[in-house]
Amino acid sequence: MIDLDSLTIAKARALLDKKEFSAVDLAKTYLAEIKKKNKELNAYLEVFDDVLDQAKIADDRIAKGESFPLLGIPLAIKDVILIKGRKVSAASKILENYTASYDATIITKLKKQGAVFLGRTNMDEFALGSSTENSAYGVTKNPYDLNRVAGGTSGGSAAAVAGNLALAALGSDTGGSVRQPSAFCGVVGLKPTYGKVSRYGLIAAASSLDCIGPIAKNTEDTQIIFDAIQGYDISDSTSVPDNFHSKISQKKELIIGVPWDLINQNGIDSGVQEDFKKAVKNFESSGYQIKDIKLPNCIALYYIINFAEVSSNLARFDGVRYGLHKDGQNLLEDYLLTKGAGFGKESRRRILLGTYVLSAGYYDAYYGKAQTAREFLRQKFKELFSQVDLILTPTSPVPAWKIGEKSDPLSMYLADIFTITANIVGAPAISLPSGFMEAENKKLPLGIQLMASSEQEGLLFEAGKKFETIV
Amino acid sequence: MDIKDVENLAGLARIELLEDEKKDLLQDMESILDYVKIIEKIDVQHSVLDNGYCNIWREDEVMPREFSKELITEQFPDKQEGFLKVKKIL
Repeated sequence: MIDLDSLTIAKARALLDKKEFSAVDLAKTYLAEIKKKNKELNAYLEVFDDVLDQAKIADDRIAKGESFPLLGIPLAIKDVILIKGRKVSAASKILENYTASYDATIITKLKKQGAVFLGRTNMDEFALGSSTENSAYGVTKNPYDLNRVAGGTSGGSAAAVAGNLALAALGSDTGGSVRQPSAFCGVVGLKPTYGKVSRYGLIAAASSLDCIGPIAKNTEDTQIIFDAIQGYDISDSTSVPDNFHSKISQKKELIIGVPWDLINQNGIDSGVQEDFKKAVKNFESSGYQIKDIKLPNCIALYYIINFAEVSSNLARFDGVRYGLHKDGQNLLEDYLLTKGAGFGKESRRRILLGTYVLSAGYYDAYYGKAQTAREFLRQKFKELFSQVDLILTPTSPVPAWKIGEKSDPLSMYLADIFTITANIVGAPAISLPSGFMEAENKKLPLGIQLMASSEQEGLLFEAGKKFETIV
Repeated sequence: MDIKDVENLAGLARIELLEDEKKDLLQDMESILDYVKIIEKIDVQHSVLDNGYCNIWREDEVMPREFSKELITEQFPDKQEGFLKVKKIL
């Protein structure tokens, strides 16, 4: 029996290379767990039927003496990343039967290493939400408390890793969609620097914010996947070459900025505040200097940009070339019926809001102003990162909430307060498990978030590994 | 904002809405727009939108792309002799 609880990518690599177990053994163990738990958790929308064939190919490569960090490692893939010949639906009815005609660049990279894809994981439809409750295929449940959400939008990926239904997973992060579910499920999640990981083959939500990122059990595993998928890609025009961002000179003693006024305000759960203060002390005692900083609340700015970009990205789903098609009397009716039947509630809401903020009469007041404010914020962050090396906050102001608890969309948007900033300025950020809080006799995981300046993922990994030794 | 505005936006976005969902959408949109209005008050201190962004072009050269034509054409809702068939637009 393989002990999945303590298994990491690094450990599995060593054991696979030593032939202690085979990639097929490992895949079988995960498939058995999936069979046992997925019905309840709803982490996977589809488990691929050729997992063992993929694992067999990995074993053959290992037998030939090949070794890559991810050779034979079973991964879960968010249902928004294209794998040629496989279904990919963005958890939407409008793409229910859509089959990808090419591989995303990151999939090509993972295939080269010989990773094993277990299946595609549940998410909020088109990555719009914070709880996976907006999936057209039912909510994903939190492995720590089945009455609660796993977070979102990459809820299926985070629940799969936390519940031992995958060794690691890939997600996408537009405003916290990798980090927040990672925090809710007690695992590590990274949003890389904007443009660092190719998005060729990622179904777009909000293009100036979207990033693909790994979810894993610890920082080392997260780094292994990041190293495997990062890099410039000519197929993605927003991809950035190495050393694109000017390097900030490294100080001997690293300084962590903490926006205390944002953390001490109303609406931040007292359990979260308490856990956070402990984390700050831990960083302090392991040699980091702590500095009080000011950060603005960026929710309005973030959502205006998100609505605008989502509405234009989702316009392509019209039933003409692929996906759901509803036949009407004429072309206009085809559009109306197809979109009317295919898009879920949150997608419709954001399409309409985006159409509103981009309309001629309101463009300057909303979208134009948001763009200027975004540029202003970027400049502010440049200044800020000349004074501090990292910014520390809780990942979410609250622990995982109960399924159905946040039925008002605005109340859910407000829960993104700590994660959206990194997407607005394009900076990398990581969520690390920091502890638990008790709620109704259940232990709920909590997470902290570290943000660094662009291309400084290395600082996040270093701090993450240090933090793991003290928690 | 009223129901007429919601209908107008849905028309622009080409989405058919159900009668009873229009009221809900109106309510949600009003509260969300009321919140994001605080953007008006953000002081950007005369900062101008000059971020140096530009279009990224590539040379007009043929590059190999791995994709399946069959998977694309198979998924056309309607086709004729391997071509996508669409309704007339005029």
